[in-house]
Amino acid sequence: MATESETVAEARRQMEICNACRYCEGYCAVFPAMTMRRAFTEGDLTHLANLCHGCKGCYHACQYAPPHPFGINIPVTFAELRNETYAQHAWPAPMGALFARNGTVVSLLAALGVALVLVLTVALQDPAVLWSAQRGAGAFFRVIPHWLMISLGVLTFGYALFAMAMGARSYWRATGSPAGAFAPAPTAEAAVDIVTMRNLGGGGHGCNDLDEGFSMRRRWLHQALFGGFMLCFAATCTGTIYHYVFGWKSPHAFFSLPVQFGTWGGVLMMIGAAGLAHVKIITDPVPVARKLAGGEFAMLALLFLIAATGLLLLAVRHTGAMGVMLAIHLGLVFAFFVVMPYSKMVHGVYRGLALLRNAKEKRGAAPAASAA
Amino acid sequence: MVDLTETFDVLVAGGGNAALCAAITARRAGATVLLAEHAPKAMRGGNSRHTRNVRALHHGPTGVLTDSYLEEEYWDDLKRVTAGKTNEALARMCIRASEHAPGFLESCGVVFQPSLSGTLSLSRTNAFFLGGGKALVNALYRTAEALGIVILYDTEVQHIEMKDGFATEAVVSHRGFPAKIRFKAFVASAGGFQANREWLRKYWGDAADNFQIRGTPYAQGRILKDLLGQGVQEVGDPTQFHAVANDARAPMEDGGLAMRLDCVPFSVVVNRDVERFYDEGEDVWPKRYAIWGRLIAQQPGQVAFAINDSQAQLDYLPPVFAPYRADSIAELAAQIGLDAVKLEKVVADYNAAVQPGTFSAQTLDDCRTEGLAPPKSHWARRIDTPPYYCHPLRPGITFTFLSVKVNERARVMMADGSPSANMFASGEIMSGNILGQGYLAGFGMAIGTVFGRIAGEEAAKLVRN
Repeated sequence: MATESETVAEARRQMEICNACRYCEGYCAVFPAMTMRRAFTEGDLTHLANLCHGCKGCYHACQYAPPHPFGINIPVTFAELRNETYAQHAWPAPMGALFARNGTVVSLLAALGVALVLVLTVALQDPAVLWSAQRGAGAFFRVIPHWLMISLGVLTFGYALFAMAMGARSYWRATGSPAGAFAPAPTAEAAVDIVTMRNLGGGGHGCNDLDEGFSMRRRWLHQALFGGFMLCFAATCTGTIYHYVFGWKSPHAFFSLPVQFGTWGGVLMMIGAAGLAHVKIITDPVPVARKLAGGEFAMLALLFLIAATGLLLLAVRHTGAMGVMLAIHLGLVFAFFVVMPYSKMVHGVYRGLALLRNAKEKRGAAPAASAA
Repeated sequence: MVDLTETFDVLVAGGGNAALCAAITARRAGATVLLAEHAPKAMRGGNSRHTRNVRALHHGPTGVLTDSYLEEEYWDDLKRVTAGKTNEALARMCIRASEHAPGFLESCGVVFQPSLSGTLSLSRTNAFFLGGGKALVNALYRTAEALGIVILYDTEVQHIEMKDGFATEAVVSHRGFPAKIRFKAFVASAGGFQANREWLRKYWGDAADNFQIRGTPYAQGRILKDLLGQGVQEVGDPTQFHAVANDARAPMEDGGLAMRLDCVPFSVVVNRDVERFYDEGEDVWPKRYAIWGRLIAQQPGQVAFAINDSQAQLDYLPPVFAPYRADSIAELAAQIGLDAVKLEKVVADYNAAVQPGTFSAQTLDDCRTEGLAPPKSHWARRIDTPPYYCHPLRPGITFTFLSVKVNERARVMMADGSPSANMFASGEIMSGNILGQGYLAGFGMAIGTVFGRIAGEEAAKLVRN
C-alpha cells in the first residue's frame, strides 16, 4: 500500500471531529454513513468523499468551520479527495495525471477535436463541401462520410465507456467491494437517489448553494443538465434506430423524435451548464475547492458548447454554414467522449457506486454506540 | 455606514439566540432596533453557536417531538437538577411559554429535524435544530437582516449610562473605535462571564487557569459587571458554573460540544495523585455528566485520568483526540506521567472488588464493586484486557450562574426592589433567576427564546407608547 496523501490524512482528522459532534446528521447521507464507523480507513474516506454531493450545508452549519482553529471544511476536503480518487482509478493508470491540470486538458482536447474533424473533412472530401448548402436525405454524410462519423463515434464513446468501467472496477475494489450491494433493494434505492438527487435536498429544504440561505437552485440546474444530456443521448439512439431499422436517413424533420429530443435536450443542457457555472461564480468561495475550478468550468463550457453548436446546426442545416457547424459540433462531441474518463464526468460513476454501497450499508449495520 | 447619531428605539447588547429573539420580536412590533454583537461575523452567536436543541413543553406528538412533555414533569426535572435553587413562578412561566418556542423559531427560518443518533433519549423532550446551533444562528440573523434590524459586529457594549434605573446611552467599542449609542430601551443579552479568567480567578485562584471554556471566548461578562456595579440586583452564586468533563487536550476556549468525553462510566478515574475520588458508575451518564466538570475542578492540578481497556472502546461516542494506549498499566502510567506502581495498585484493587454481573452499557446494570471506596456502582468490569487506554480530563465550563435579577416581564430589577424603567434582560445574563445550579439539556435555549421574546415585546411596547 502506498503511503497516504495529505488529503486523506486531513479528511480523517476532520471526520474524527465530525464523528464526535454529529450535528450534521440530518443533512445528507455522508453523516449517517460516518456514524456507522469509529475508525476511518482510506477506503472509508474515499467512499464518504464520493458520497458527498458538495452541497455545503455542513460547512455553513459548522461550529468548527474556519476561522475556528479546527478549520473543518468538509466540502473542500472531500472535493479534493474525490479528485485524487479520479486520478487514482483512471484507466490506463498514467492518464490519472490528467486530473492535475484538468481545465487545460479539457480545453486543449476540445480544441484538438474540432481541429481534427475539420482537417479530416477537408482532407477526405472536396473542401468545397464545407461551404456549399446540402439538402435532402443524407445531407450530413456528404460533409462527413457516414462510415467516418460512425467509426469515430463508436471508437471514442466505446473507449470512454471501457475506461470508465475499468475505473469503476478499481474503485469498487479499493473501497472494499461490499457483498450483496447489487441486490434489488439497495440498487433500487441508489437509482432513486441518483435520479432525484435526494442528497442535494439538504434534509428537505435545499442546500447552501450560495451562502447560509437554503435553495434548490443547484439541484434543479443539475437536473436540467443531466436530463438534457440524457435527452440528447435519446436523440442519438432514436436517430440510430431510424437509420438502421427503418432506413430513414438524417436530417430528420423538426417534429421527428430525434430532433425533438435533441432540441429540448440541448436547451436544458445550456440552461443547466450556464446556471451551474453562474452558481460557481457567485457562491461563497470558502467552501469551494479552488484548484478544481478549472476542470469544472472547462467541462461545463464544453457541455454548453456541445449543446449550443447542436442547436446552431439545427438552425443552419439548410444553409452553407451547415458543413462547418457539423464539423465543429462533432469535433466537440468526439473530444467530450475522449476526455470523459479524465474529467469531472467520472463523478457520476463513483457517486453512483457510493450511493449503492451506502444503500447496502444502511440495510446491514447498526449505528455505533451512542450516549446523550 | 450606520448612523450612530440616530436614537434607536431598542438597543440589544449580545448576538446569540436570546439577543436575536429580543431584537426580532421588538422589530416585528414596529421598533427600530440596533443589535451590537461583540464577535466578528464568522464567530457570531455566542454560546448558541454550540447548542443543538431546545427543551419544549408539548401536549402531544409534534413534527419533531414525540409523545408529550407536560408542565409538571418539566418542573420536576428542573426542581431535581437545581435542588430547589430556582424561582418557581418564573420557572413555571418559562416552562409554559417554552411550548411556543419551536414555532417562533420556525417563523424565523429555523429548521428542526427528528433526532437520529447519539441523543435518542432526548427526542421526547427536546426539539433539535437541523445542523445545530450555528444553523439556527444563521437563520435568525437572516431574518433580522430582512426585517431591517441594524446589526453591528465587532461591537462590544462596555458601559450603560443610567440614572435611577433609567438607561440613556451605551458606551461601545465599534470595530476598535469608541462610540456612543443612544436608545429608548435597552435589552441585555450579552451572556455570562465564564470566558473572563480574571473574574474566575477571584473565586478559584490559579485553578482558573486550567479551566477550559467550552463556548464563545466573547462571554466576558462586561455588561453583567457594569449593571451589577450600578445598583442592579444580582441573583445566583457568583462562584459557581456549569462544567463537564472535557478532553484535557482540547483548546482552552471555543472547543464546543465535541470536546466532552462520555467514557467516565466505563472507566476508573484517578486524579494526579493516582487516587480515585468519585463513583464513576453512580447513574446513567446523561444524569451525571454535568457533575464531573466540578469534580475535576476540585482535584489537584484540575486534571483527571479515565483508565479503561479494549472491552470498553465501543461503549461511548468516539473521542476527537485518540486516547493514550499501552499494553500494560505501567506503560500507560509512564505515557501520562503518573506513578506506575500506584496506578497498578488502583487497578488491581478495583479489579479485585468487581462483582460478577451482566454488563449493559445503556441501562443501570448490576456490575458493581464490593468493599471499594469510593465504590463503582454500575458498569464495573475488570480492567484486564489490553491494550489499555487513558483519556485525560479537564473541566470544561459551559456558563456561569451569576445573573441580573429580572421579573416575569424580563424587566431588570434594581437592588431596592423596584423595576428598571427601560432595561430588560434575556439569556445567560439572567438565567440564574431560574437555574440556581445544575442544568437541563436544551433549557438554556428555552430561557433565551422565552425571555428574549418577552424582553423584545416589552421594550417595543415601552417605546411605542
